[in-house]
Amino acid sequence: MGAWLTDGAIDVAGLLAAVAADGNGGTVVFLGTVRRSAEDGDVEAIEYSAYREMAEPELERIVAEALAQWPGARIVLRHRLGVVPTGEASLVIAASAPHRADAYAASRFVIEETKRRAPIWKKERLASGRARWVEGRPAGGER
Amino acid sequence: MPEMHIRVRLFASYAEAAGADEMTVALPAGATAADCLAAVRAAPWAGRVPPAPALAVNRRYAKGDVVLRDGDEVAVIPPVAGG
Repeated sequence: MGAWLTDGAIDVAGLLAAVAADGNGGTVVFLGTVRRSAEDGDVEAIEYSAYREMAEPELERIVAEALAQWPGARIVLRHRLGVVPTGEASLVIAASAPHRADAYAASRFVIEETKRRAPIWKKERLASGRARWVEGRPAGGER
Repeated sequence: MPEMHIRVRLFASYAEAAGADEMTVALPAGATAADCLAAVRAAPWAGRVPPAPALAVNRRYAKGDVVLRDGDEVAVIPPVAGG
């Protein structure tokens, strides 16, 4: 598995270290976590699956686009696959930039494009024992 | 007319409906990604695949008019829900 997807818990401190730079005065960390509430019951976990061979290069392209748009930024992203229990992070983005506005903007760009373009799907496992695919949005659709 | 063999990848609810995460589709030379999609949608399980889902050819998003070559990999991409 490449650098962008992981089957285990995400090492936030490791990602922070990866974007540290003396010239960068602002660092933003975004965590997407599995939340309990859903339309039809409490969520115990979400099972993430992906088109791995495409998700890796697609995430790499998204980060490359952000780096081109915000020069001087450093950005890393990890998306977890497999079963992620409620409360744990399914995605972490760390972004640093010379100034905070760019760090926030780059982080926001990466999460929005990831949700729009990454070929990743999720199935909720409910407390009732049922499981259901979460209806996503058409890939590559409107921003 | 020579025949091409296209590897079709299926995911999430589509794979579950198909009972498989890939299939092979035989198409005539010159066929497009849309032709491949039509072949997939003709399968008995494919009722939940919409008329115009996102497609990827060789692991990049592609439009239906892309002309395929023998051995290409086409993915029918269900609505995505990463993050």
